[in-house]
Amino acid sequence: MCEKQNVACDCGLRKFEKVCRILDKYDRRPSKLVPILQEVQHEYRYLPEQVQAFIATSLGLSPARVFGVASFYANFALEPKGKYVIHICDGTACHVKGSERIKEALHKQLGLDDKKTTTSDMLFTVEAVSCLGACGLAPVMTINDEVHGQVTPAKAVELVNGIREREQAE
Amino acid sequence: MIQQKIDMEATGQAYRQARQAVRRRVIVCAGTGCVANGSLKVYEALRQETEARGLEVVVKLGDDCDCKGDVFVSKSGCQGFCQAGPLVTIEPEDWLYVHVKPEDVADIVEQTLIHDRPVKRLVYVDPASHEAFEQTHEIPFYKRQQRVVLAECGNIDPEDIREYIARGGYAAAKRAFKEMQPEQVCEEVLASGLRGRGGGGFPTGRKWALTLPEPGEKKFVICNGDEGDPGAFMDRSLMEGNPHRVLEGIMIAARAIGADEAYVYVRAEYPLAVQRIRKAVADAEEAGILGEDVFDSGRNMTCQVMEGAGAFVCGEETALMASIEGLRGMPRPKPPFPAQSGLWGKPTVINNVETLATVPLIIAEGSGHYRRLGTAGSPGTKTFAVTGHVANTGLIEVPFGTTLREIIFEIGGGVIDNLGQVMPDGFKAVQIGGPSGGCLIAEHLDMPLDFDSVKGIGAMVGSGGLVVMNRDTCMVKIAHFFMRFTQNESCGKCVPCREGTKQMLWLLEDIMEGRATAQTLELLEELASAVQLGSLCGLGKTAPNPVLSTLRYFRSEYEAHIVQKRCPAGQCKALATPEILADRCKGCGACLRKCPVNAITGEKKMPHRIDAGTCIKCGTCAQVCRFDAIVGVN
Ligand SMILES: Cc1cc2nc3c(=O)[nH]c(=O)nc-3n(C[C@H](O)[C@H](O)[C@H](O)COP(=O)(O)O)c2cc1C
Ligand code: SF4
Ligand code: SF4
Ligand code: FES
Ligand code: FES
Repeated sequence: MCEKQNVACDCGLRKFEKVCRILDKYDRRPSKLVPILQEVQHEYRYLPEQVQAFIATSLGLSPARVFGVASFYANFALEPKGKYVIHICDGTACHVKGSERIKEALHKQLGLDDKKTTTSDMLFTVEAVSCLGACGLAPVMTINDEVHGQVTPAKAVELVNGIREREQAE
Repeated sequence: MIQQKIDMEATGQAYRQARQAVRRRVIVCAGTGCVANGSLKVYEALRQETEARGLEVVVKLGDDCDCKGDVFVSKSGCQGFCQAGPLVTIEPEDWLYVHVKPEDVADIVEQTLIHDRPVKRLVYVDPASHEAFEQTHEIPFYKRQQRVVLAECGNIDPEDIREYIARGGYAAAKRAFKEMQPEQVCEEVLASGLRGRGGGGFPTGRKWALTLPEPGEKKFVICNGDEGDPGAFMDRSLMEGNPHRVLEGIMIAARAIGADEAYVYVRAEYPLAVQRIRKAVADAEEAGILGEDVFDSGRNMTCQVMEGAGAFVCGEETALMASIEGLRGMPRPKPPFPAQSGLWGKPTVINNVETLATVPLIIAEGSGHYRRLGTAGSPGTKTFAVTGHVANTGLIEVPFGTTLREIIFEIGGGVIDNLGQVMPDGFKAVQIGGPSGGCLIAEHLDMPLDFDSVKGIGAMVGSGGLVVMNRDTCMVKIAHFFMRFTQNESCGKCVPCREGTKQMLWLLEDIMEGRATAQTLELLEELASAVQLGSLCGLGKTAPNPVLSTLRYFRSEYEAHIVQKRCPAGQCKALATPEILADRCKGCGACLRKCPVNAITGEKKMPHRIDAGTCIKCGTCAQVCRFDAIVGVN
């Protein structure tokens, strides 16, 4: 059920319940599309096509408009991502301090490349991003928003190995 | 709705009294850099250890606590010296402890808090001179700075509005609303000579004065906290370290143009900044500083925080507004300028975070006082993010007119090699202004830096990123790096930017990979001017700058790549000749053992050699060599 009973809401489908709640929080205003997509992505970890279509209908927008916005911004994922999203900074400060080698090491370790960014077991996604704003600690990488500074290729590999071991133990 | 408004006078008074009742304050840096290095664990350990040792500890001062005691433990935003973090500062002595770990906390409590002595082993030691410095203000990194905008950033608790008020915060906003007319606010800021810190350097007062007379009830102020320039983090540090100061600047801007609604647009990559600025807005609302009838002036004021979604071009003002409106963040042609038709078609002022954080200072102390620092054309101070091959990386603030030499060699501690050792004659260039800027070289080291001088030599102060590069850096590769960045970030709306940057990138690749011919440079230059001229927004217009500027100063380096098929810095993989530097090689044999194709030969303790014909440039040897003796393989 929707929290706001008085809003006409077609969320008979239980799986869209959370989306409904987010839509209501923003009073279903089309101008709030970006923050709505952000919160929805937070729930699903990406923006499934069905959900995009549902959001479009609920806001009275064309699906193309919603897709257009979702595909424009780098932070919106149209494909599912791994449980651990690793961002390797390739901003200037990190670049001159060798961030490329960190990416290469992780790619090698996880069998990924610039096109295939998520491991088949959906555990890791590795992406290069521009500047995480902790340049003083360059090179920098984040694992699900946790910042690691002065990373070396060896340290990066150690971190993912540690995560994999913990995951397998569970 | 009648709101219970905070009594700023009484709150400030109570806070100051409470502060005086506490003997000592311990500040743990909780900026992004220090948190990444574990400062929150240090904070927790400090709280536990002080309590365990029976000290009276306060963690939050305020008007409703009868705080008194031995220690006040608090967190701050970035203190600027991230590389030495986690940092712990002790007041009133101004002792600074660097690289603090939870294990060090017992000593801090025992020696400093109980026996009033600094912990010698935790103070900063200059790596070059081996001199130890106990107090923050003596450290060369801080000594040459003048922290005006950042003054309280790193000292105060960014999450406590009462501390901000106790230090005179929101008094300037109150003055602007109660004692000044909008015209006066515009005039004061115009007289201060403040120029926008978002890159362009447009006079802030003039921008406001242009927006004020625009007709219509509804106007907006936008604070641009997108900070997309790679290598820059000053806006982040301000939003994390002193969010109320930014908010106060927003309020003053709103008063100056007659707006009652504001947006803060922060990039989503800055979760801590988003959280702190959200809290600042919520606390200001609760205190009745934001909301209805601001300072009993009869005017209302609201502020919303919006997270960006990862597009560099959204820092451009028209794209940013499209993004707030829920559209794709694409720039549109100007005019109309935001001053006439901005957010939802209403008159809008958009300013950078640092610009807005400077404003309360001007209203509080007057434009004349503000002008005492800086140069005639660029008054005041500028924050710079100093990164790259420099001993002390971090966030600094200096008056305009300071020279690069002072910044790099005195504050930054000098240029370092790839192993982090100071390299006395290693300076090659510094990239200023990010992807839209250019590079400065040794001959510019003594030029006073300000908007006009930097522009005069074809670069840009930009947002204030300074990336220092040592002589082992390949300038073609750097140009390629920036070109790739802008090419990636081009929104694709106009052809010169979308296609031109792609072609330029390919030409640079040709040069780096040895396919370039005599025509390549000509073509590159021709394209550069076409992209500059034909692009719609600043992204495309400035995209060729790093290429043009490296071409101007390092043309021979480009030519070496093209004519001799050689990368002088040994950085371009395709062109590099693998080589072991005989004077560095100790003959340890580490490389020889690891080379997968047996390309290395040599006797123990004698310089080794690489057979260039056999080597596959995998780079393994360079990685295992502890003496940095191998070049040309990575
Ligand atoms: C591609 C592009 C990106 C920009 N990014 C930013 C940014 O991240 N932050 C910022 O304050 N200004 C940025 N600007 C400049 C803004 O468009 C605008 O001029 C500025 O926010 C005005 O503020 P100021 O007058 O205080 O400098 C960017 C401009 C361009 C063309
Ligand atoms: S110059 Fe580039 S970023 Fe700007 S509008 Fe054109 S394509 Fe978009
Ligand atoms: S780069 Fe690789 S192949 Fe060449 S010498 Fe070094 S280890 Fe051997
Ligand atoms: S350049 Fe990597 S964090 Fe800024
Ligand atoms: S984050 Fe602590 S000094 Fe920058």
